[in-house]
Amino acid sequence: MKLMWFHLMPYTDLPENFREAHPSVWVDIHSSLFDPKRAHRMYNDFMDELEYAADCGYDAICVNEHHSNGYGLMPSPNLIASALARRTNQVPICVMGNSLALYNPPTRVAEEFAMLDVISGGRLIAGFPVGTPMDTCFAYGQNPSMLRERYLEAHDLVIKAWTEKDTFAFNGRFNQQRYVNIWPRPVQQPHPPIWIPGGGSVETWQWCAEMDYVYCYLSYYGYKAGKATMDGFWAEMDRLGKDRNPYRAGFAQVVAVAESRQQAIDLYTEPAEYFFNRCLHVDPRFASPAGYSTEATQRAGLESMVKKAANAQTLITGDKTNRGMTMADFVDRGYVVIGSPDEVVEQLDALADDLNVGHLMLLMQFGNMGKELTQYNTRLFAEKVMPRMRTRFAEWEDRWWPKPMAEGERATIPAFRQAAE
Amino acid sequence: MSAPELSTVDINGFPTRIWRKGSGAPLGFLAGFGGLPRWVPVLDRLAEQRTVIVPSLPGFPGGDRGHSVLDSHLDWVLAVRQTLLAAGLEGADLAGSSVGASFAAEMAAIWPNSVRKLVLSAPFGLFDEGDPPTDPWAQRADRVAGLMCADPERWTALKAMPEGANSVEWPIEQTRATEAAARIFWPLGNTRLERRLPLISAPTLILWGEQDRIMPPSYAGRIAARLAGPKEIRMIPGAGHLAELDRPDEVASAILSWTG
Repeated sequence: MKLMWFHLMPYTDLPENFREAHPSVWVDIHSSLFDPKRAHRMYNDFMDELEYAADCGYDAICVNEHHSNGYGLMPSPNLIASALARRTNQVPICVMGNSLALYNPPTRVAEEFAMLDVISGGRLIAGFPVGTPMDTCFAYGQNPSMLRERYLEAHDLVIKAWTEKDTFAFNGRFNQQRYVNIWPRPVQQPHPPIWIPGGGSVETWQWCAEMDYVYCYLSYYGYKAGKATMDGFWAEMDRLGKDRNPYRAGFAQVVAVAESRQQAIDLYTEPAEYFFNRCLHVDPRFASPAGYSTEATQRAGLESMVKKAANAQTLITGDKTNRGMTMADFVDRGYVVIGSPDEVVEQLDALADDLNVGHLMLLMQFGNMGKELTQYNTRLFAEKVMPRMRTRFAEWEDRWWPKPMAEGERATIPAFRQAAE
Repeated sequence: MSAPELSTVDINGFPTRIWRKGSGAPLGFLAGFGGLPRWVPVLDRLAEQRTVIVPSLPGFPGGDRGHSVLDSHLDWVLAVRQTLLAAGLEGADLAGSSVGASFAAEMAAIWPNSVRKLVLSAPFGLFDEGDPPTDPWAQRADRVAGLMCADPERWTALKAMPEGANSVEWPIEQTRATEAAARIFWPLGNTRLERRLPLISAPTLILWGEQDRIMPPSYAGRIAARLAGPKEIRMIPGAGHLAELDRPDEVASAILSWTG
């Protein structure tokens, strides 16, 4: 099992009464809540934490893209990934990812991901989310009725830009470019591994199977709530005649470890309640603009064949149910995997058994957790939990992992220096 | 209330419903946001004096998935033009509400001879930063009825699933109507119709529900000021955005007297 360290980069100073006084953490969150000087420290702490996770030996460090969002301060994850590429030298960097339909022209993604792959010496995992309705339709004004068509066309354009050797014209329905010829080209050939974060859309599962991409379910509601979706995914893989290689899938999980369960509860209750009650406070009016979910997905939901909706809707539904919820609820429902190292191993074993997921994306900084506690959580997990989980799924090959340049071919990155003393 | 005569025409490969009822000179009606999943009383009032012809718009109830191949404003106006021709409405009087009114205005502007007299009820297509329309797509489901009609029950009754309807397909069809409106009008509702209004020479009646909570009633004057031909504004008391649902008698008599 691959253990990947994922940062959402939440704004950590949302007020105590945020849920009562503000309609939404997303789309129309008020600018007066944002203090740039505090955010300066947040960004730098967050990047320290990602680098620390790399030093602790996690299999990858992960960033993602959100817009107008109080729990995700990365409108451009590529900027963060670029800095990480220079401050780390071994760890794969997972950008989870770039919402293809939001880039005009989409070849921008082909270029920037190629830059990251070249700078990092072939360590990039390229994530292509459709993007949530909040990010794409509302914050970025994309038409929900055309979003998926634009996304699929942009995907085709990016892949062709990476793989076609000669300058070509792209005559798409939404994108027309006379001269496509990106410089630089990716180190990983034919292109970096492609992972698709998505919700419970049957079409997404089928597409991942057809393209041989990794499907990632990035719910914040943990492995118990995620089981229905992953069951649906594996049932579809079976139906399509694909093997049950757990590395076909990724899953996000909030994890909090301490010496004992009680100590963990004491340490992590405040950031967990901050995360679930403030960060995930999203106005439902932004959850599901007509057209965002395909009719096939609506039909599946209405016919109760697949008992869950798209990612964003899951988030909103969860948001409704967590009103006034406490740490005890998060723990009972499996939103948070928590406890002593033994207890965390036990829960993650259950997760691995239930979901059959080879790429586990660990949310170990959540809510307003400070750097010191984040690093404690990260270090203890790396020392006491990671060695025992790594052996899971050893019988399977991970065909979707980066293939970096050989050690001897790579640039030497000088150690960071303070200004001359 | 007898059922309308039903026929189907092919528009871009999609079966498209045409309703027809009554006798006398033809009068076209293009429905508003949400479309017409069922026949409504205003159409009966119109059919008492005229042959009322109600073509479905692409993606709206009766319009199948016709919206899914329309990527630009030109695609849309051509699809609506083809639909009106197939419905036998060339040169006829044309009334539209909301989304449908926007298309009715486009027809009269781009093909001036295709419309005899025009009635526009709270058309989409304009955006004034100082008085913006309500965003109809960023709404909690339980708030939509009160935004569309002064009496929310009118919208609820329009959208209620009839006995014996397919419980999976019916709600999908209603969502599709909202999507189809988004496909052309997202995100602001601004198709720059304002720039084409001076091309409209047909005599035009502008109707507006006094309690329209989607399209600001102030737009009535803005539209009237730009029309080239004879025009009149009539506000409908007690009506919301879909005035023909709230006040079918008043709206029908306004249409009939203007086009009579």
